[in-house]
Amino acid sequence: MNDAISATGLVKTFGPTRALDGLDLAVRTGEVHGFLGPNGAGKSTTIRVLLGMLRADAGTVRLLGGDPWAQATELHRRLAYVPGDVTLWPNLSGGEVIDLLGRMRGGLDKRRRDDLLKRFDLDPRKKGRAYSKGNRQKVALVAALASDVELLLLDEPTSGLDPLMEEAFRDVVREERRRGDRTVLLSSHILSEVEELCDRVTIIRDGRAVETGSLADLRHLTRTSIQAELAGPVDGLAGLPGVHDLRADGATVRFDVDSAALDPALRHLTAVGVRSLVSRPPTLEELFLRHYDRGPADGEAATAEAAR
Amino acid sequence: MTALTGTRGLARLILRRDRVLLPLWIVFLGIIPVSYVASINELFPTAALRAGYASASARNAGFVVLYGPLDGSSIGELVAWRAGFVPVVIGLISILTVIRHTRTEEETGRRELLGSTVVGRHAGLAAALIVTFCADLLLGVVLAGGMIGQGLPAGGSWAFGLEFALIGWVFAAVGAVAAQLSGGAGGARGIAIGVLGAAYLLRVVGDVSGLSSGPVSWLSWLSPIGWVHRIRPYGDEQAWPAVLAVALTAVLAAAAVALSARRDLGAGVLPPRLGPADGAPALRSPLALAWRLHRSLLAAWVATFVALGAVLGYLADGVGDIVDASPEMKQVLGRMGGANGLIDSYLAGIVGLLGMVAGGYAVQAALRMRAEESAGRAEPVLSTAVSRVRWAGSHIVFSLLGPAAALVAGGLAMGLAHGLNTGDAGRQVPRVLAGALVQLPAVWVLAAVTIALAGALPRLAAAGWGALAICLLAGLVGTAVGLDQRLLDVSPFTHLPHVPGSPVSAVPLLWLTAVAVALGVAGLAALRRRDVPVV
Repeated sequence: MNDAISATGLVKTFGPTRALDGLDLAVRTGEVHGFLGPNGAGKSTTIRVLLGMLRADAGTVRLLGGDPWAQATELHRRLAYVPGDVTLWPNLSGGEVIDLLGRMRGGLDKRRRDDLLKRFDLDPRKKGRAYSKGNRQKVALVAALASDVELLLLDEPTSGLDPLMEEAFRDVVREERRRGDRTVLLSSHILSEVEELCDRVTIIRDGRAVETGSLADLRHLTRTSIQAELAGPVDGLAGLPGVHDLRADGATVRFDVDSAALDPALRHLTAVGVRSLVSRPPTLEELFLRHYDRGPADGEAATAEAAR
Repeated sequence: MTALTGTRGLARLILRRDRVLLPLWIVFLGIIPVSYVASINELFPTAALRAGYASASARNAGFVVLYGPLDGSSIGELVAWRAGFVPVVIGLISILTVIRHTRTEEETGRRELLGSTVVGRHAGLAAALIVTFCADLLLGVVLAGGMIGQGLPAGGSWAFGLEFALIGWVFAAVGAVAAQLSGGAGGARGIAIGVLGAAYLLRVVGDVSGLSSGPVSWLSWLSPIGWVHRIRPYGDEQAWPAVLAVALTAVLAAAAVALSARRDLGAGVLPPRLGPADGAPALRSPLALAWRLHRSLLAAWVATFVALGAVLGYLADGVGDIVDASPEMKQVLGRMGGANGLIDSYLAGIVGLLGMVAGGYAVQAALRMRAEESAGRAEPVLSTAVSRVRWAGSHIVFSLLGPAAALVAGGLAMGLAHGLNTGDAGRQVPRVLAGALVQLPAVWVLAAVTIALAGALPRLAAAGWGALAICLLAGLVGTAVGLDQRLLDVSPFTHLPHVPGSPVSAVPLLWLTAVAVALGVAGLAALRRRDVPVV
């Protein structure tokens, strides 16, 4: 079994709302997998299906080799979950919550717990009602990260953390990734976080996975921005397939080009003679925006699908 | 921008959110006493019959405990007296309404969201108080209008309406102060309901002592509930208790405003305490968590039951005095088993009342499970190696055994107080305790109804309170207004044997327990099949 999580064709409806609409997701054992999508795309619903809290209306899902609905209790011994919106018991201290959740999961690494408390600068003596949103998040994070488990399901774990603590979180996940003995599914809408921490990414929108793969794979689907100063004016560039937004100002041209069409476009330029060239690599952000933007993105997403 | 800017908008928001609840309790509580008019007219059609009933009732400690003192025998006076417990309910609802729209809003962070808009510092508090005051006033108008419509004197009817409105005002203001003191809505409710309970207890002890010109009858004067009873609608109507109530309301509301000006948003006046940095070794299971969540509720209920049991048990012996007092009653009561029969029926009536109150605790404890789910606190537990049934079971234990502990404590206190008073503790303690324990199957049915709802129809789980309301309706007013027996049979409490006094029959108890088990199992089965959390 190579995949820690594999889901195919997941459908989940809440009344008239179709929260998941044929979602596919594959997370390999030992990787940090980014789960990207705008608010309401179905990230939390997916994670709750993976936890066996919600029962999917259609589709199949395997988690750590088991059925998350039927074997929820056994599987939960092997995973830890941080909800997107952490609420704590008002009369329990943070330290008590961390210990309680860890013990109910089946074990907590005491040294790691204390280390994490220090790194996240969290006072475990405060009562649940006295914590801010960020501190509640930290309580859940420490409880999950200090647990002795194979799989971490983190639902937007850094929402509410300040930049300093976000960095502390990234450090911890980077360590996890280096050790490579845990699988992490990290849902987020913060690109830099995913770009920095994740081996592979799934982008979801309206309950469907619209892109999935390693960051390198995904970049193939995006456009490179080219700015070139040429020896003379160039003709026929606009007619090349895969060239977009061409702006020519005498001998200077700017355009975006699909990764697959990069080679013919550059040949076209060198045929005229290139004096200087600036090429900007595609960022995940562009990819992301293409899928977030509801307007023309629909058509483009379709082309991207077709291009594959 | 002044401290009150935005009050109007917030008040409209409260009206929008409570658009069902508010009219419901205004009309329901306003109409209850009106419905008594016809039944009293029917039971006691002549002035002589009413006078007989009044003179016997006025000396009955059990009645005085429930309804307050009775000073006359006109229809209006009898109705106002018979509705003497309703002010306590109005006080409770006013407390809950104010806290729901002040401290709960802060706790959930919605207050902050609104506070960042153009809203003055006291606007939230002012809006909650204004809406509650107006609702109480409207309730008084509904009541007065209804009574006038039944042909009762207008002056007395308005005084009656004022009695109900003012008790709501006082406790709305109590709720407002409590909301400033505690950092949590639960704590605030605890403080305010504690004050209401103390006011009720003071009135009870004072009024009962007043029956025999006892030494502590002045205690009633310390209780706002005692005050509003002394407005004496349809009798020699008094203005000064109303003035007292209005003054207290003003003082408390001013105190709430002053306190709210001195504290930070989200904080209470009472400072939050730090907890332990590590979980105790025993804190490792859902049951240990449930113990932490239920223990203060359990302690409060047990303490309340001990206090109620002790006071009501102590009063039992006085019930027999009526027999000596009036020869006609002696004849009637002789057929009922004499003074001892009367005391037994009082004891059985009171444990029945305690049983229904314990039913309220059962519903409340079972709803904690639902509250955990809708607040998002069930999810972290269920994402560990804890099954749904084990999680639910940890709360159900408290919903079943908590009321049992309260009833045992209340029954023991009542039996002891009555037993020591009569020098017959050895016999009375087991009899009264048995009477309290007999209530349990019916209490469990209420718990099980709530569990079944929380499992199968989670969004309607609060209807468990509706089940309790049906039981209260059947038990407290059902026989008085002559409800159909089939309706009375819906309440599990109708089927309980009256102990002490009658023999204990096991059959209804076993049936009720079986119904409770079936409902509970159905609820758990539904919980295992459905999505969690349903918010």
